Amino acid sequence: MSKAETTPPPKATPPPKATPPEKTEPPAPAFEKSYVDQITNQFSDDVEVEYIKENRTRVNVKKEKIAEVAKFIKDNTPFDHAESVTGVDFPEDKEIGVVYHLGSYTDDTYSKQVLALATRVPREENPNPGNDSTKLPSLRDMFYSVEFHEREVFEMLGVYFESHPDNRRLLLPEDWADLPPLRKDFRNKGR
Amino acid sequence: MTEQVIPTKQMPPGLQVENIDDRIMTLNVGPQHPGSGHMRIIVKIDGDYIVDADPDPGYVHRGEEKMAESRNYITNIPHLERPVIHDSCNILYPYVLGVEDLVGIEVPERAKYVRVITAELNRCIYIQYWLAIYGIFLGHSTMFMWPAGDRELLIDLMEKITGARVTHAYFIPGGVRNDVPANFEDVCLRQVNYFEKRIKEYADIFYDNPILKARTEDTGVLSKEDAIRLGTTGSVLRASGVDYDIRVKEPYDVYDELDVHTNVLKAGDSYARSKIPWLDMLESCNIIRQALEKMPKSGSIRTKLKPNPKGGDDEVYRRVESGRGAAGCHIISKSKPEPYRLKLSVGSFRNLIALPYLLKGEKLGNMPAVYWSLNYWPVEADR
Repeated sequence: MSKAETTPPPKATPPPKATPPEKTEPPAPAFEKSYVDQITNQFSDDVEVEYIKENRTRVNVKKEKIAEVAKFIKDNTPFDHAESVTGVDFPEDKEIGVVYHLGSYTDDTYSKQVLALATRVPREENPNPGNDSTKLPSLRDMFYSVEFHEREVFEMLGVYFESHPDNRRLLLPEDWADLPPLRKDFRNKGR
Repeated sequence: MTEQVIPTKQMPPGLQVENIDDRIMTLNVGPQHPGSGHMRIIVKIDGDYIVDADPDPGYVHRGEEKMAESRNYITNIPHLERPVIHDSCNILYPYVLGVEDLVGIEVPERAKYVRVITAELNRCIYIQYWLAIYGIFLGHSTMFMWPAGDRELLIDLMEKITGARVTHAYFIPGGVRNDVPANFEDVCLRQVNYFEKRIKEYADIFYDNPILKARTEDTGVLSKEDAIRLGTTGSVLRASGVDYDIRVKEPYDVYDELDVHTNVLKAGDSYARSKIPWLDMLESCNIIRQALEKMPKSGSIRTKLKPNPKGGDDEVYRRVESGRGAAGCHIISKSKPEPYRLKLSVGSFRNLIALPYLLKGEKLGNMPAVYWSLNYWPVEADR
């Protein structure tokens, strides 16, 4: 498509910007805060609350403590299954994030809640999935439903889950010999 | 058992080597077998009994999540519905809700009702398709013909609304793409009433059929505890006695203004799992009638978006009840027009974990009854 070359019209002077009003953080919802506090009280230094919104909360955990925190959540809160496991690549931070979304079927008061349990693992420049430092303990013993989700994160981002009984590829072919495709340095062909 | 032969060569992770046994036979069902969908199930059988089953999805993996990272929030719409073209409204629903949260726009009241009506129509269309397949693989060819034919009623209706028979791309952030046609309420009500009358007849020919009951009752029983532990969702979960439907538990759009009944059965066998979607269709007809009554007769159907909408440095996780269970969409935004990461957590993928569990100990002949009762759509699981 060829664009007609035209001289840009002279820019009008922008009106002076009004200073935005001071934003005050709304107070965290009480119910959501109560169960997040349970976790933060137990693991004060190792967890960091990312946000507490209505029905959605997120807790960031150090990778050494993820299994311990998950066990605590399983034993002390009504969260009983994982809905989704997202792997996210952060090349600038040289890290890969893994987010578990936990939900509850057993407790009716918790049926709206989704607790995101997130952690980060080091990212290797030249990954060798399974044999490098990109490793995490598997949460399958606590939340059985993560089994296939963790296999997907393993093949798509190269995060190896130790103590996972079945670390095979799931969606990709067995002989896939490229980078894990959801890493940002894996380029779509033609893009 | 033969002696274990362990290869000395270091195998790359992901590659499997296995010994051959003279008693256990390994059978590949799929990925091109019509009875498996686009997916392979590796079953090990001892005589007629399945001793191990290993689902191997990925035959139709299309990298929707990777594609979404290089397209903006609007151009993502048509390809994100491709995993389930028969249920395209419901698979787009969590994405659209998520983008609305990120961009911060309100949806007009009329658009919310139109969305609920089309989502319920789409749920019926999907379930009819699934029911047709379920019928034919249990050897009931009438049950293939009837739903495949009755489905056309609603497809015609969707075509009138959206302009396309299956891939509607109808939901957009801010509302729906175009308004419903004139006299839509009357046509929709008439079609839905006739449709409901038709699907009630399925009970006589299919669900009360003693042959079907003999084949599916007490086959592949999933207990309530295991359904929760395995994190199953949708009809699989509700057939095992767990009362959980996102339309009721976490209502989105106008579901909180409608009276939605959750269908729950306690048996947890293949029969219960196949009956729940049929009950859901009847419930969908109720919801559509209520929504048609309460829908504002005129008004805007979309809030206009800015040309290249951006989210902030934020993330959002929204979920809806699709035809196969909860569909969740996790969007991570980094102040760009494209999502930084988009994850679809879909019902088929979550229910797949129950398959090896249910197949172990079943007869090979019962495999279709168990597999298709999971309300599984291989293309959706692969994404």
